[in-house]
Amino acid sequence: MKTLFELIKYAKPFRVSFILSVLSALAGISLSLAVPVLIGRGVDCAAGRDSVDFVSLKRVCIELVCVILLSAFFQWLMSYCSNKLSYKTVKLLRNEVFAKLNRLSLGYIDSKSPGDIINSVTTDIDVVAMGLLQGFTQVLSGIVTILGTLIFMFLINPYIALAVVLLTPLSLFMASFIAKRAHKKYTQQAKLRGKLTGYACEMIDGAGVVKAFGRENETQKQYEEMNLEWEKVGVMAHFYSAMTNPMTRFVNALIYGLVAVFGGVLVIGGTITVGALASFLAYCSQYTKPFNEISAVIAEFQNAISSAQRVFNLLSEPEEESDEALPELENVRGEVKLQNVCFSYDKNDFIKDLSFTAMPGQTVALVGPTGCGKTTLINLLMRFYDSKGGVITLDGHDITSVTRNSLRGQFAMVLQDTWLFSGTIYENIAYGKPQADRSEVIAAAKRAYAHSFISRLPGGYDTIINESNDNLSQGQKQLICIARVMLMDPPILLLDEATSSIDTRTELKIQKAFAQLLEGRTSFIVAHRLSTIKNADTILVMQDGKIVERGTHTELLEHGGLYKKLYESQFAVY
Amino acid sequence: MKKYFSLYKKQFILGPAFKLCEAILELFVPLVVARIIDRGIAQADRAYIFKMGGVLFALAFFGVVFALICQYCAAVAQQGVGTQLRNDLFRKINSFSEKELSRFGTASLTTRITNDITQIQSAVAMLIRLVFRSPFLIAGSLIMAVALDRKMSIIFIVSAVIVSLILYLILSKSIPLYKKIQAKLDRLSGIVKDNLSGVRVVRAFAKTDYETERFEESNEELTRRNIRAGNLSALLNPLTFAILNSAIVLILHFGAINVNVGRLTQGQVLAFTNYMTQILLSIIVFSNVIVIFTKAGASVARVKEVLETNASVTDDGAEDFTPDFTKPAVSFNNVSFSFEGSEEKVLDGISFEILSGQTVGIIGGTGSGKSTVVNLIMRSFDAESGEIKIFGEDVGKYRFSSLRKFLHTVPQKNTLFSGTIRENLLFGNPEASDAELESAVKTAQAEEFVRKLSDGLDHVINTDSKNLSGGQRQRLCIARALVGDPKILILDDSFSALDFATDARLRKALSEDRSDRTVIIVSQRVNTVKNADNIIVINEGKISAQGTHGELFGSSGVYREICLSQLSESEVAAE
Repeated sequence: MKTLFELIKYAKPFRVSFILSVLSALAGISLSLAVPVLIGRGVDCAAGRDSVDFVSLKRVCIELVCVILLSAFFQWLMSYCSNKLSYKTVKLLRNEVFAKLNRLSLGYIDSKSPGDIINSVTTDIDVVAMGLLQGFTQVLSGIVTILGTLIFMFLINPYIALAVVLLTPLSLFMASFIAKRAHKKYTQQAKLRGKLTGYACEMIDGAGVVKAFGRENETQKQYEEMNLEWEKVGVMAHFYSAMTNPMTRFVNALIYGLVAVFGGVLVIGGTITVGALASFLAYCSQYTKPFNEISAVIAEFQNAISSAQRVFNLLSEPEEESDEALPELENVRGEVKLQNVCFSYDKNDFIKDLSFTAMPGQTVALVGPTGCGKTTLINLLMRFYDSKGGVITLDGHDITSVTRNSLRGQFAMVLQDTWLFSGTIYENIAYGKPQADRSEVIAAAKRAYAHSFISRLPGGYDTIINESNDNLSQGQKQLICIARVMLMDPPILLLDEATSSIDTRTELKIQKAFAQLLEGRTSFIVAHRLSTIKNADTILVMQDGKIVERGTHTELLEHGGLYKKLYESQFAVY
Repeated sequence: MKKYFSLYKKQFILGPAFKLCEAILELFVPLVVARIIDRGIAQADRAYIFKMGGVLFALAFFGVVFALICQYCAAVAQQGVGTQLRNDLFRKINSFSEKELSRFGTASLTTRITNDITQIQSAVAMLIRLVFRSPFLIAGSLIMAVALDRKMSIIFIVSAVIVSLILYLILSKSIPLYKKIQAKLDRLSGIVKDNLSGVRVVRAFAKTDYETERFEESNEELTRRNIRAGNLSALLNPLTFAILNSAIVLILHFGAINVNVGRLTQGQVLAFTNYMTQILLSIIVFSNVIVIFTKAGASVARVKEVLETNASVTDDGAEDFTPDFTKPAVSFNNVSFSFEGSEEKVLDGISFEILSGQTVGIIGGTGSGKSTVVNLIMRSFDAESGEIKIFGEDVGKYRFSSLRKFLHTVPQKNTLFSGTIRENLLFGNPEASDAELESAVKTAQAEEFVRKLSDGLDHVINTDSKNLSGGQRQRLCIARALVGDPKILILDDSFSALDFATDARLRKALSEDRSDRTVIIVSQRVNTVKNADNIIVINEGKISAQGTHGELFGSSGVYREICLSQLSESEVAAE
């Protein structure tokens, strides 16, 4: 229920559409319900040979045409308004969710699978709109149809109407009896289906491994077993759910027959006319239809509610604190200082009491085994995460006392997994400085050693990068990322060196480009390459979130600790 | 697709047949009602009315029995065709070699085996349940109308034609619109995906406003198209409603004229209006069927494309035999290879020999062709020209199953499957003993972390194995390849997630494990291959040099260049 109110909040700007759609649903359906009555009257006018009342018939026909046209118009207006209502609400909700994504903490985004979030933005919101908003009009029109039909039936003849009402529960009972059984089978089936899909996904993803170990037959056998299991349950699930329609139609037909018989008897008795009987029969055939529709909509409703909950949960996640009131950080020289910084991703301490200072222009290399906290340090400096204790300062300013955007603007960041968005190479380089002119972009690319390969591409700087970036090698993508930060020219550099998958020639270029970047900047480098490590002003050797050794390459080798071990292990003879 | 129909021939014939019987019964209902009015009521014959009531009940009863038989046939055929298709598709995908897999892409193959087959299944059910019924009801109602009165039936024919025309116009306009909407939706989720994977870059460059604008623009376009398509479909119901009810007005008008001259009875006029309503309902059902069928048509094409693709590498013509394991493990003689449609040769006339028991390093940049060498040894691809021999026999002579028994690889991507660690390790040899598993884990330097797990080898790995780090996954992949004691072990860039120290320990353990094993190490890291018996340097599809580290550093320019990009002069010399 709470979810529903929350949704209504988003639909509020379109309340005119909403009210109009409800009103036109009421009008359209009531008018369409009057049609059988009028047809019945028309039939009455044509009682038999030489006794046709043409005057009344003409009036009935004119009334019919008016009612039909008006009803059609209102039916159209209803769809038109509810389309507008639901699609515009979806649009608002989507924009809201996307804006939210931009304000969410990195902790949340890192912890969720991107597939789930994308699903919320696309499918979930669609399900909500179709299920709740359009479902609402459907339920409404269903209820109006049922009530309207009942009223008309009672007006024509209360006795037959009563008989119909008494028989209705039979149809409902039948439907719910089947639905319950079908539901059980369906949940069972959904489970088996999920299992099978999961298995197929995994095996297709790992097809290389399946082949390399010659396991094709075993996987096929297992797949077929699961598939067979599903087939057995699936047939019954499909059959049960397919039973609903014939069974309710059967009950309908029974009611129809009864009305025909008793109506006929009543006509003979003179209680009602033939036309009235005709209208009754027409009502009977449409009376139970809304019951089926409503039960279908209710199933969709439940689905939509769980989707809506996912969307609203996302919207209520904590955000990065607002920093609008804080001053901007300007004219930075690049002195970075960490004092007793602590951090943890969960309850266990991860980084403990970390302190060091990097002077402007210095190169600091971070070395250590995987999972020692090197990447976390970058997260803290950029304020992707906030430290849980201690202070980080930049030129003496606490980094939490300035706006995030101005802080991040001081850093050039090149990460191991290069990120390019779908667009041209030019747009990707100019990403951080859209006002840059073409010559600036080209100059940046030249300094990043990217110009020569870009010019050789068929589209040059206007080459469009595919979604999967298939047309560029990993190293080339890295060079474009370097060109991007070259164009920005910020005072501090954060670098996560790529380890493998880059060919030698590009590798040399990247190194030269990095050397260009390092010049005159305070640099933090998560280092894998020996040359970088050796030339660094300070090497921080990290282990389990702590700095265990610090110094220059020569100092650390003389010291004979973890660094020496790490360094020498590379030359171990096997 | 024919094959699947013939498997369920019985259902495909019986289902629609029973549905037709039900429809015929349904067509009689208005006639019976007309009789009640024209004879029972007109002659005040109550007994006749009750008799006709009995007929109506019988019609309803047999109708529901026929319908249920039809629904059962539909359920069996629907699920059966789906199961068969899935099995066949899965088998086909299993038979694909690297080339076909990369042509389709795993994501697309997964969609085909799930969503597309589900679409086909619902189309099969529709085919049995509705495809014959609706046209039959429409035609039947028309025929009944013609039989009742030929002149009056003109109204039927004209209105049916008009409604069909409207249906055609609206559907032919809206179906392409829905395709465009799908494309817009894909674009929208593309933007969200970009933003999630690049969240650090977007925020580092303070570009959230720009991204929001990009998203909102694309969202606006999607909304506009959705509303347009929605409004188009919104016309359908009111229009058909208006036309068919107007036809009923005409029936009343002309019917009354005919009743007046005695050509028609009151009950027959009523029957006409009933048939008109039946036509209206059937046409609406039929339009839904058309929409489902267009969707299914696309799915059928996508599934067919996979089923009709044949694996480019097969083991037809292979024999069962045990090779002489003392002969050279791998030899390439003037082997060339290029990808289809590409002029450029990935491998260009390369020749080398790896002796049994040797450890050989293959080094080169990305795109140099070194991974292709591995793929050719494993027969993921077949060479274009030249000869590849494994233990002295042509690689094509081996059955895949026997080749893969003595040749194990560790792939670049650390793929593990959901299940316990033990199940994963048993992948290469399901009969391996626990002692064998433990020794493999130890050699792969995974013993320490596996022991730390509370349930050891029975520890459950999640889908995507997110509960293990990259290095842990890589070591388990290496252990998996060691189980079953392969004669040849290929490590294809398998140390990338390991730190230098573990890398070194692992290589040491490998060399101590079995001295008669042939080990092929493919890498970018000089350190990893430095101590191999022989190093093959591949550059732009050709072997630029081979020899030991010491020999190559002096003689090969390319090798020297690679070394110097990773090591300093003194480190290169350190042995």
